[in-house]
Amino acid sequence: MRIFFIICLSLVTYSVNAQVRLLTLDDLDKRVAKGKDTTYVINFWATSCSPCVAELPHFEKLRTENEKKPLKVLLVSLDFKSKLQREVIPFVNNNNIKAEVYLLNEPDQQKYIERIDKKWSGAIPATLFVNKKVRRFYEKEFTAEELKSTLLNLK
Amino acid sequence: MKNLFLIGLLLVSSVAFAQTNGYKVGDVVKDFSLKNVNNKTVSLADYQNAKGYIVVFTCNTCPVAKAYQERVSNLNNTFAATGYPVIAINPNDAGAVPGESFEKMQVLAKEKNFSFPYLLDPEHVVTKQFGALKTPHVFVLSKTGNGNVVEYIGAIDNDAEGDNPDKVNYVENAIKELSAGRNPTVSFTKAVGCSIKWKKE
Repeated sequence: MRIFFIICLSLVTYSVNAQVRLLTLDDLDKRVAKGKDTTYVINFWATSCSPCVAELPHFEKLRTENEKKPLKVLLVSLDFKSKLQREVIPFVNNNNIKAEVYLLNEPDQQKYIERIDKKWSGAIPATLFVNKKVRRFYEKEFTAEELKSTLLNLK
Repeated sequence: MKNLFLIGLLLVSSVAFAQTNGYKVGDVVKDFSLKNVNNKTVSLADYQNAKGYIVVFTCNTCPVAKAYQERVSNLNNTFAATGYPVIAINPNDAGAVPGESFEKMQVLAKEKNFSFPYLLDPEHVVTKQFGALKTPHVFVLSKTGNGNVVEYIGAIDNDAEGDNPDKVNYVENAIKELSAGRNPTVSFTKAVGCSIKWKKE
């Protein structure tokens, strides 16, 4: 009976968390290393950051336009972990975001900001274009056109 | 091959260096004259008895800046009397974000009882001189015979959310060390913040 209860509980937890999972930078590095020819467009954002929210539709557009190409759009939220259930998941649901959404699970900003990019001041929005050969980081807001051309000119 | 790699690395780092504008720790700051929420202008030179300054780039609307508002007030309450007043500067353009207007700055300063100046930098001139890139972004200065020298750049603490068991108060520590005649042990930190809303060209 007790085991049944635990299984039920873990199922419930799983389904609630299904849309937005926690992600460490080690997870991210492994994902890119295994990605073969895939290019990852990784946007760092937060629900409380209005310019970030404004550019999310451009990432959605980039994703749908490249569905047949080796491209993955990952939206990595820097929201506080305590906001995952109350704000991040409802936000993703309400805005019907279909890209993969994660919440960054790194405790130390001093370390993770440098590790993502040495030049990054920590301001968001910021976006990383990365594949096995190229790594380009941008501390800026993108228009849909800029996203498209940055991807095309990635060498 | 290894040499080629090193040359490449050197090129990359020199490019990175060239792109990093603004003050670094050890630089002498140029004084400025900006309009305060009470319509009077404020300069560093106005503070004749100051030993240094806590220059905070902050704003009305950024959630991170809001989370730190009370901590900025506390810094001024604690350190203005010991010679290190807070000088807050709003780097954002009201044309880009209406919530950043001078009138809204006046409302916020009144509402929150700011005991420090809250200055407007309408053309981002001072913001660019300092090389501030986000809100909040702090520059601790000390007054020396050679001018006002940058001693610390970065975050107020490492606890934006208010639940870090290993909280370190970077600005507070820097000022305590400066007051004791030492250079800050930690002189540069990074933290997540809101990008600056630049004037549309």
